[in-house]
Amino acid sequence: MSEKVLMKGNEALAEAAIAAGCRHFFGYPITPQTEVAAHMSKRMPKIGGVYLQAESEVAAINMVLGASAAGVRAMTSSSSPGVSLKAEGLSYLAGSDLPAVIVNVQRAGPGLGGIQPSQADYWQATRAPGHGDFKMLVFAPSTVQEMVDLGAIAFDLGDKERMPAMILSDGLLGQMMEPVVMGSEEKKVQEKPWAVSGHKNKREHNVINSLYIDPPNMEAILKARYERYAEIQENEQRCEEYLTDDADIILVAYGASARISRSAVDAARKENIKAGLIRPITLWPYPDKAILSKIGTTKVFLCVEMSTGQMVDDVKLIVNGKRDVRFYGRTGGVVPTPAEVLNEIKKIKGGI
Amino acid sequence: MNFSRPHALTKAQFHYCPGCSHGIVHRLVAETMDELGIEGKTVGIAPVGCAVFAYNYFNCDMVQAAHGRAQAVATGIKRALPDNIVFTYQGDGDLAAIGTAETVHAATRGENITVIFINNAIYGMTGGQMAPTTLPGQITQTTPYGRSVKDAGHPIRVCEMLATLEGVALAQRVSVDSVKNVKAAKKAIKKAFEYQMEGKGYTIIEIVCACPTNWGLPMQESLDWLRDNMLAYYPLGVLKDVKEAKE
Repeated sequence: MSEKVLMKGNEALAEAAIAAGCRHFFGYPITPQTEVAAHMSKRMPKIGGVYLQAESEVAAINMVLGASAAGVRAMTSSSSPGVSLKAEGLSYLAGSDLPAVIVNVQRAGPGLGGIQPSQADYWQATRAPGHGDFKMLVFAPSTVQEMVDLGAIAFDLGDKERMPAMILSDGLLGQMMEPVVMGSEEKKVQEKPWAVSGHKNKREHNVINSLYIDPPNMEAILKARYERYAEIQENEQRCEEYLTDDADIILVAYGASARISRSAVDAARKENIKAGLIRPITLWPYPDKAILSKIGTTKVFLCVEMSTGQMVDDVKLIVNGKRDVRFYGRTGGVVPTPAEVLNEIKKIKGGI
Repeated sequence: MNFSRPHALTKAQFHYCPGCSHGIVHRLVAETMDELGIEGKTVGIAPVGCAVFAYNYFNCDMVQAAHGRAQAVATGIKRALPDNIVFTYQGDGDLAAIGTAETVHAATRGENITVIFINNAIYGMTGGQMAPTTLPGQITQTTPYGRSVKDAGHPIRVCEMLATLEGVALAQRVSVDSVKNVKAAKKAIKKAFEYQMEGKGYTIIEIVCACPTNWGLPMQESLDWLRDNMLAYYPLGVLKDVKEAKE
């Protein structure tokens, strides 16, 4: 189907996974992502797929690990407190070189936090999704259409690189309805000769494992994995730039806060303030090239986040003191308004 | 009787301690795969614990799972590959402590998998701490004065608990402390795999095992201790069998 249909973000994500060839979904109910699971429970039985409501988030991610080890495309979705519980499985997926797609429809934290939209899991997603040395692909859609597009890319790239991929959404994007165009054809899942699908007496046994008891051996394996990560950092970073060429003030924002920031940039331009926006689409690999390319032309970077300031660390690391990096955010489930962000832009403009 | 190495065992040498029952149980599972001709379509899941290296010993495809998660991983594999044979191999800490939820729910869903459950009443790999199956009064590294049921609660009889669940097709407790019991254990393990091949549902074979190293007993005495104490609390027998129930 290639016609436009009106869809909720969470449902679009589920449909995108199905279109990407995912037939195995393991979930657990948690607000505000439950529509993903509900949609999968409705669709999977009709297309010969598997929907299984696990006994816990921990079980769900380990079922995903099993299905992925067996060679199929598998997915789970949750929201912040549930994603914390998936940390173990994410680490094992990475350590076992297994792909999988994990959705985090972020809500406020820490603890039980709140059920309103948040971006406070940036550090968790990009720094420490679980124990040990590893990275995970992290995609940050900012429209319902992008949920669809990035859903497919997450499966493809995860399979190619044999690593877990997260769709880092939030309660605002998950609940929002927008017109989308689904992919026109179903994807063919690539061959996985490493999968544990039974050797059929034709090959040596395959082993999916993350245990390496010999330290030099494990170090070599980790270093090889990090060489792959370096290539991904170089080749797979994605972002969108908006009015950045002549901008004095460049906002950096992803997901829902990028939508708000874009409105603030438009409003600023109407007041003859040269504002622009860099919108990271991949949070790992982080789009450092876009930031680097603007250090020479802009005066200030302003990070806008629905948190107390997390992604701002990455921007500061890239800018490395060469430009001023500011932060504006609302947190705890509070969504900033374009007017608030515009006000922040004006304050900065007054000082430069 | 065939005394050659089963094909379903690799040539790797076991790392298990002298007197440990793992080697016998590995062989029984491998013999079963050979006899049923299923090695090529079997996927095994190794636990965290002494049997963590099971992936080096079984010749079928293998996955090493996080502590306690073997049956969730098995569920994912079996749902993706319903025509394959999937088994987990887990100890008492893995299955009945950190993995209790995964165990109970795989069982109640009637996941068509086979669980090989090693009950030796102790955590072996970490050096002999209290397990969920440690007997009352049993001395371990973390129950130095003997397990007090007042403080540490009672040991879990896993097969009795799971036998109450509708999804379970076969729950049987065996031992490998004598030739007679080894033969009975083999029969039970084979039956469990056959049930899975017939799509009957969840099967679990609990093997009451000795851990001379962490029990601090010579091999022969450890078998005596097993018979006198373990089998008194964990009686051998069939706790549930859907076939017998119908007859």
